[in-house]
Amino acid sequence: MQTWLAKAGFDVRFTSLVLALALIWLALAIATEGLFLSPRNLYNLSIQTCVTAIMACGMVFIIAARQIDLSVGSQMAFCGMLIAFVQAEWLGAEAPYAWLLSIAIGIVGGMLLGAFQGWWTAYRGVPAFIVTLAGYLMFRGAAFLVADGQTLAPLSTVYQRIGGGIHGSIGPAWSWALGALACAWAIGQVVLARRSRASYNAAMPPAWADAAKALITCAALLGFVGVVCAYPDPGSVGEDGTLVGKGIGVPVLILIGVAMVLTVVARRTRFGRYVFAYGGNPEAALLSGLPTNRVLLTLFMLMGALAAVAAVITTSRLNSGTHSIGQMAELYVIAATVIGGTALAGGTGTIPGAIVGALVIQSLDNGMVLMDVSSAKRQIFIGLILIGAVWFDGLYTRRQIR
Amino acid sequence: MNLKHIAALATLTSLALSVSQPAQAKGELVAVSWSNFQEERWKKDETAIKATLAAAGAKYISADAQGSNEKQLADIEALIAKGAKALIILAQDADAILPAVNKAREARIPVVAYDRLIQDGGVLYLTFDNVEVGRMQARAVLAVKPKGNYVFIKGSPTDPNANFLNNGQREVLKAAMDKGDIKIVGEQYTDGWAPEVAQKNMEQILTRNNNKVDAVVASNDGTAGGVVAALRAQNMIGIPVSGQDGDVAALNRVARGEQTVSVWKDARELGKAAANFALQMAGGTKPAEVKGASLWSGGSKKLAIPSVFLKPLPITRDSLKVVIDAGWASKAQVCAGVDAGKLPAGCK
Repeated sequence: MQTWLAKAGFDVRFTSLVLALALIWLALAIATEGLFLSPRNLYNLSIQTCVTAIMACGMVFIIAARQIDLSVGSQMAFCGMLIAFVQAEWLGAEAPYAWLLSIAIGIVGGMLLGAFQGWWTAYRGVPAFIVTLAGYLMFRGAAFLVADGQTLAPLSTVYQRIGGGIHGSIGPAWSWALGALACAWAIGQVVLARRSRASYNAAMPPAWADAAKALITCAALLGFVGVVCAYPDPGSVGEDGTLVGKGIGVPVLILIGVAMVLTVVARRTRFGRYVFAYGGNPEAALLSGLPTNRVLLTLFMLMGALAAVAAVITTSRLNSGTHSIGQMAELYVIAATVIGGTALAGGTGTIPGAIVGALVIQSLDNGMVLMDVSSAKRQIFIGLILIGAVWFDGLYTRRQIR
Repeated sequence: MNLKHIAALATLTSLALSVSQPAQAKGELVAVSWSNFQEERWKKDETAIKATLAAAGAKYISADAQGSNEKQLADIEALIAKGAKALIILAQDADAILPAVNKAREARIPVVAYDRLIQDGGVLYLTFDNVEVGRMQARAVLAVKPKGNYVFIKGSPTDPNANFLNNGQREVLKAAMDKGDIKIVGEQYTDGWAPEVAQKNMEQILTRNNNKVDAVVASNDGTAGGVVAALRAQNMIGIPVSGQDGDVAALNRVARGEQTVSVWKDARELGKAAANFALQMAGGTKPAEVKGASLWSGGSKKLAIPSVFLKPLPITRDSLKVVIDAGWASKAQVCAGVDAGKLPAGCK
């Protein structure tokens, strides 16, 4: 089946991951008598996945460059406290544009944390594992000091929309428009790829396979839009008194934006190529004259900025800043990245893979709470899935090399 | 007058005797060993201890172990060498502290185990009653919603206090649960007491029950914050939610009517009691004989330890004035953003 899929132009690794996710969803749907696949729960799931998924997108780059960042949860806590401090203590939550300024300050703060770690790793040669382990402790402590351990609340009402709660989605009309646009783009991509392959006389997957690919992508996109629009927004009342559909949540839009930008960065920019080249073979990259130090520094700053974006979503969802957010986030993010097919040996990894990886983890967590499974058992299960995914991935890669 | 009354009278007299003892403690040196003074809250405790000692004419010395078991042992030896007549110990670890407690016993210096357990039958264990905190949370919620679907959002599974709290909560709700008036429709631990974990768990519980939830017994203010955020997304603000700690953000939620109760443990009461007991014990009172002491054996080693459990205070909409008057939180903080028409008594 693998060769058959490969011949048809499907990415075998990604396809099997999506199939695994489908199996997990099916199992959870049966175990919860369909509740797991209800529009409401899928909307919840899409929001809950965003924080891990956004950071996993950055972790793909970090791990692909043979680095690691164990401090993302602590960075999240610090940036979250910074944002809440600007809003609740400094400017006042409802001061005009205070929320916008707070986000900017949070992201700059995250980049500074990243620059600190990147500098030690790149220019002082301390292994990233050690530097970020130190960061894990330091930034959590710094988060405590921002407000001496107090919880800062409430935050701006505009800001709260970012979290996808009340008024935190774009409604059915915009959602369908966006879905249609994405669908058209996916079809366009397939057509363009075929045309360019034809012009170079390159080997081409059969037309039916490409058609199937475009069809499946479109079905998934529109299916998602249909589902989130079928969930009546508890915060809205339509013209005839019925509830209006929720539509795509703001955090999901942020995730889509991050994923698109980072995919372009990975595939089309010099920085992206450098990262994967460095991860593939650091010595060769250095000897070829790549600015490896600068690449590493930028890499950690990018991760810091993404941790700040994750902090924005978490704090706005909670409507408060607390120094305890993001505990164990680093483990879930790394697990999502690895389940998504990024090799710890460096050099390979994809953004869509990491997002599906995050979705796998969050689906298990989400579904098992619906089943009333205790947190201890959930942790055991997610751990097993992590081992299973990496084992399966290794099996697949070894067979491919043979 | 029957026998019971005589016994009660005898206890009362002994209490009166023991309470009057601090006055005799002129110039006594009382030493405090902090496990980690970096944390904000201990400053409030220290102020109370110092003031109580000063009022009794005793002297205060202290050392900060900065989170290290080894340093705390050395600290306590040094404090004994300085001539302390009583020790108040906030132990970094309930077991690792034992060598220091033995040293104090050899030197005949009484020890108050402050807020954290020390696994030794010779000390006086002084803390707030966590089971009672749980009872108060459940009582406040039950008063608003005597019947309906309840949810438990419990604390961290690794923290023994999480279970003490839940035991207290269940104890109060048991009768109504047995009668069928109250149904538990969801129950989850909150890893690391993290608010965002509580939020996700609450979202799932609401989904599972199609929003048919009438009350939430959350174990602290952080988890209550997560619960309230999940409720807000479903337009369900206003159903009773409990908490504890007297967090400023939580007190504000109480004022806004988003949270029912925050059980408050006044650190200054704890500090005052510790200083008084230390002075009494320096004056020769046995740990088991101080006011309110009883033998408690709920620790992991099941030792019988003389203990005093202080009563926490449930802060509801009607009693917000207490925390404001105590200077715990300012009126502006507590009352921020409350509709002028719905101001609670404390905010007027």
